[in-house]
Amino acid sequence: MSGSTLFEQILDPAHRANPYPLYAEMRRVPVARQADGTYVVSTHTELARLISDPRISSDDLPDPQKFRWTGHPVTDLLVRPVRAEIRKRHRPFIFRDPPDHDRLRGQVMRCFTPERVRGMRGKTQKITDDLIGKMRGKTRIDLVDDFSYPLPVTVICELLGVPPEDEAQFHGWATQLATALEPNQRGDEETQAKNEVCFNEIADYLQGLIKEKRKDPQQDILSDLANDGDGMNDFDLIATAVLLLVAGHETTVNLITNGMLTLLRFPEHGARLRAEPDLAPRLIEELLRYEPPVHYRTRLALADIPVAGITIPKDAPVIFLLAAANRDPTRFPDPDRFDPDRPDNRHLGFGGGLHYCVGAPLARIEAEVALVSLVRRLKGVSLIEDPPPYRPGASLRGPRHLRLALEGVAE
Amino acid sequence: MTTAPERIVVVGASLAGLTAAQHLRARGYAGALTLVGDEPHRPYDRPPLSKQVLRGLFSADTTLPHPPDLGVEFRLGQPATRLDLSERAVELGDGSRLPYDRLLIATGTRARPWPDPEEAALAGVFTLRGRDDAQRLGARLQARPDRVVLVGGGFIGFEVASTCRDLDIPVTLLVRDAVPLAAALGPRLGGLIGDVAREKGVDLRLESEIERMEARDGHLVAVTLKDGTRIESDCLVAAIGTLRNVEWLAGSGLEADAGGLRCDAFCRALHEDGGVAEGVFAAGDVARWPNPHDDDALVAVEHWGNARAQGETAAANMLAGDASAMRRHDHLPDFWSQQFGLTIKLVGLAEGADSFAVMHGSLEERCLLAAYGRDGRTIAAASIDSARWLPAYKAAIRERAPFPPIADAVDQPRLRVQEP
Repeated sequence: MSGSTLFEQILDPAHRANPYPLYAEMRRVPVARQADGTYVVSTHTELARLISDPRISSDDLPDPQKFRWTGHPVTDLLVRPVRAEIRKRHRPFIFRDPPDHDRLRGQVMRCFTPERVRGMRGKTQKITDDLIGKMRGKTRIDLVDDFSYPLPVTVICELLGVPPEDEAQFHGWATQLATALEPNQRGDEETQAKNEVCFNEIADYLQGLIKEKRKDPQQDILSDLANDGDGMNDFDLIATAVLLLVAGHETTVNLITNGMLTLLRFPEHGARLRAEPDLAPRLIEELLRYEPPVHYRTRLALADIPVAGITIPKDAPVIFLLAAANRDPTRFPDPDRFDPDRPDNRHLGFGGGLHYCVGAPLARIEAEVALVSLVRRLKGVSLIEDPPPYRPGASLRGPRHLRLALEGVAE
Repeated sequence: MTTAPERIVVVGASLAGLTAAQHLRARGYAGALTLVGDEPHRPYDRPPLSKQVLRGLFSADTTLPHPPDLGVEFRLGQPATRLDLSERAVELGDGSRLPYDRLLIATGTRARPWPDPEEAALAGVFTLRGRDDAQRLGARLQARPDRVVLVGGGFIGFEVASTCRDLDIPVTLLVRDAVPLAAALGPRLGGLIGDVAREKGVDLRLESEIERMEARDGHLVAVTLKDGTRIESDCLVAAIGTLRNVEWLAGSGLEADAGGLRCDAFCRALHEDGGVAEGVFAAGDVARWPNPHDDDALVAVEHWGNARAQGETAAANMLAGDASAMRRHDHLPDFWSQQFGLTIKLVGLAEGADSFAVMHGSLEERCLLAAYGRDGRTIAAASIDSARWLPAYKAAIRERAPFPPIADAVDQPRLRVQEP
């Protein structure tokens, strides 16, 4: 890969299993300009600073795909431009700036109450127990397909109020739409076209569901959002629901899978968690530092921003390499060591600033229930392959499969 | 230059003192460590006292957590009464002497008492500084006084007024100045908070002072203002500022007065002749130090964040050996207050600002971030219910960025620079 920039090498699937040496090289220049004019921020001090800088915009999605004539004047001149404009104006709030961002996020936060999130613990435990129960009698499992994926999907569908029988459809939609976080995928025409089809399908589905929630409100987030007096319009409501659905499991799947992988790589920590389940919160914070579910996020500079001896020029794309900052030795002594006892662990695993993960409390509960249950109940568990095969994304980075050998399942 | 310390005495058992003790241990100090406090309580947290404790949501026991193996000998309920620099010893109220080879002075402040001692002694007249004060005043508020009169236009006065309104107790708030909170926030934001207080039912009276109090059987029954207005009230809280606890240092040779205990950039206490007092350090509200963010102007900062930061810096420097290994206390003052449903945050010191600009949000929405400038430089930033960009402004203040510091932000159509 000589000749390619450091960040291109990070995007290369060949480095997916262990990008950390590249991150260490990246940190040698805290804010590093790449050949294409992108600026990669990889050190903790600079990242913590820029993540709270009002000149950094999150509104960086590429414009809808270039115009292609279909030959039909209504479609070409009316329907598609209007639809493109509508989509542009109704991006999910992770791709928006204040004041719109604050309004939309605020409405979600009002529904995502601590009581509601805490109330999911029992349900999460039940789903976890059911999924582990199905592993009985098996000697091999794929943790991703058998556990890490279905758990958060079921949880987020329940919270939002998506009927369980419709969950299966979301799998494909969510995976496709998550490509919006990958700058090397989201720009190409094929991905954009697929995303548009996918978004239209999910939007149609949700439009119907919202109608039902208005007619017959339930105890769920979609009902609350749909019936909020000074609430969102339908476009924002759909964009927000899609965001919560996608973000609610495309990330947690990685957290759980990375967690189990890490505990199997360092079995002393797995044994300790089994003996002391109270260790879970600290262990999960360390996991969020050590193997975060989201490795980087993209931004846009709205002005010339001087930082770390250089100036990020106006309009430059900016990459926040969160996972590299999490291994910054100037902030975390001995950063490549997995150490749940690490004091003052202010990792960037959930991002920071304005766009700090809305679902962080839920993700913590899910990971805690999942990992404590897995280490307690899976007997004689071992990795069949290490490293495991990874999903293509460099941002939402995690194993595609985690094949494990089992000796049994405890009650 | 100096040998490693074996006996460290910390006078002042509150946030700065406890923080210093923790950092001394964290840095490997294994010698004797004594923490002297004039109150009978272990170090406790003060911010909740004017809010959750008064409201009855928390008990007055806001003891700060610290590791059980901190290895500190607490000498509580004992004020330090004298410092003997030549003998390197601190004398306590019970006559005992504590020798030290490093001393940290973190004696803080106390509430400024009501100036007329007879009035101050009336039942129903309160001040608020410590947890015992909060317990007494909280008990009184739970018993629902007919009306609380608050004296003082600072943050404590406003927070207590807010708590009273939460409890649905009628409140009159007397402010000597024409605008409340103006020293800390400037007239625009101070005025905004005054407006909010009025909307929440506070009888806010500006440019008002008390002429005298009326008592019956030793109990407050009414106050008369300088303009002749008489207000019936059986509960008065004097929130009229603080006094620094430096009296015990009289005659010690250290430069200490109402402005605080003078120290250098490394938190080392100074003699009256300006020389460094070997082995003696200061931290927290009592310390008066050169502020690098304001051309080394001397400042004493009575904030929670400063107590923590300075306690840490002082601890590091106490173990540093000589000045070449010491670090400067370069804390940028920061502060928060919660009242009337608003969260107010301030970084830097806005006093003396000559310009002001709302950077995000608006005064009308009461959700905003504003920056303050002086002589073309950014010196402070304040937020009301909108603190998320504050770290960027903190960095700008540290760098002494030109004012206004940030243009082309995500939600900033146009900036208007005005008077504070």
